[in-house]
Amino acid sequence: MKKEFNIIAKLIKKDSKVLDVGCGDGQLMKYIYENITKDIRGLEISKNNVQKCIEKGLTVIEGDAEKDLKQFPILSFDYVILSQTLQAFLDPENVINELLRIGKKAIVTIPNFGYWKVRMHLLLKGTMPVTNNLPNEWYNTPNLHMCTIKDFENYCNKKKITINSSNLNFQNIFSELGIFLIEK
Amino acid sequence: MNKGEKVKNLIVDKPLKLDCGKTIVNFPLAYETYGQLNEKKDNAILAFHALTGDQFASGINPITKKEGWWSYALGPGKAIDTNKYFVICANVIGGCMGSYGPSNINPENQKPFGTNFPIITINDMVNAQYHLLEFFKIDKLFSVVGGSMGGMQVLQFVSNFPNKSRTAIPIACTASHSAQNIALNELGRQSIMADHNWSNGFYEENKKLPDKGLAVARMAAHITYLSKKGLQEKFGRKLQERDDLKFSFDADFQIESYLRYQGSVFVDRFDANSYLYITRAMDYFDLTKQFNGNLSKAFEKSETKFFIISFTSDWLYPTSENRDIVIALNAIGKDVGFAEITSDKGHDSFLLDVPDFLNAVKNFLNTSYYKKI
Repeated sequence: MKKEFNIIAKLIKKDSKVLDVGCGDGQLMKYIYENITKDIRGLEISKNNVQKCIEKGLTVIEGDAEKDLKQFPILSFDYVILSQTLQAFLDPENVINELLRIGKKAIVTIPNFGYWKVRMHLLLKGTMPVTNNLPNEWYNTPNLHMCTIKDFENYCNKKKITINSSNLNFQNIFSELGIFLIEK
Repeated sequence: MNKGEKVKNLIVDKPLKLDCGKTIVNFPLAYETYGQLNEKKDNAILAFHALTGDQFASGINPITKKEGWWSYALGPGKAIDTNKYFVICANVIGGCMGSYGPSNINPENQKPFGTNFPIITINDMVNAQYHLLEFFKIDKLFSVVGGSMGGMQVLQFVSNFPNKSRTAIPIACTASHSAQNIALNELGRQSIMADHNWSNGFYEENKKLPDKGLAVARMAAHITYLSKKGLQEKFGRKLQERDDLKFSFDADFQIESYLRYQGSVFVDRFDANSYLYITRAMDYFDLTKQFNGNLSKAFEKSETKFFIISFTSDWLYPTSENRDIVIALNAIGKDVGFAEITSDKGHDSFLLDVPDFLNAVKNFLNTSYYKKI
């Protein structure tokens, strides 16, 4: 199990109502379902991943987070999770707004573009960084809006979004992933 | 067709008030079962058939001697596994495979009802089939499942009986029959009515059936069950047992010959008046309107876990209409899953060998069955 899952799961209160946006093949949902709460469902765009979630016995809705979050009513979930997909949206700001509209709290994880290996890559090699968490080249990456932990923190301050906790105490240099629990 | 002992009948002795205002009583409901009901009676599934289906969903249909309409999906070891589940399937009222329909005898004049049969609705069909739960002493079904008009019955069932099924799988359907679908049904009906033999619906007295009209209705409908791409790939412009065009109105093209064949075999197993009545029931189906424009209200009292399925190439009941049901359920926080299956086989996909579809149904049922909800 990924260490990230463990950190996310610890942020969620037992038996709360959860939506995992961009739930992928359902690994994280399965972990939360088995350990934290049965009241969890996912939204996933890839048909292949939707099938994998159904195989696991998870509730999944095939759909696009940029279009289909609007069908959920205000504050209809205790937590809405967005795990490592924020940077791939056309309009990440709208997605964050939607997360905070439908969820009392949102858990957002981002690959940190300020991670030291990423900085070193750009500094020394002079090419767009490729790391374990950012495995694609510039011409085929799905990531449209890369940001650093500091960027995300600044964004939340600017928009009056409260960061309740994070995994890293804002170690912009030493963390490959930022995991934030936020609310409006 | 001599149905005789091959058809199991439940005589419903409680009066059923139809949406049209009339009440029917002591009417036959023909059904078939597959698999075994377990001791706890928690493994029962009610499967609803589509427009031209019947209770013989799986195995060999004893009347037509052909494979049941859902043989790919339903049977021992199949997606709806009758080694595990007890499946009940009934012929809808208005139908022609043993349930109360327009070819039954009208006690007032001892002649077939014909078009004197009352107009029935999806709601009436579902209320009639509910008696099967009482008959089998099943308190709660494990699932209700069906495609196309069968899916509409699934939606109506959960709305009418919110806590009578743990799960529901509406497939390739809609909560509100569209103008396009009403138009296509009207085309079929007018084709039947234009057949001289139809005689305002009292053809059984004349012993001449409106076979031509019914066959054309089926041909037109059959096109709507397929996709453009599917048709092109299967038939293209291929010629039927000839090297060149004959410069006539014979069936030069394979697609023509195929449709003519589909029409001709259909009239052997289906009643023209039933076709009129059942298409009308579909047209009248508007669950959203039943709840004053708010579809969510139809499911407010239900604790049923939904799994909704659509197909990419289905233009008759497109993904958007299936998704509207998902949206209505999400709006009130109900447990709903949704998958759009990739298939070139059009609306008919739910009847065919589409592995992603069959796997999804199988996985949903099997994982839900062992979960405590």
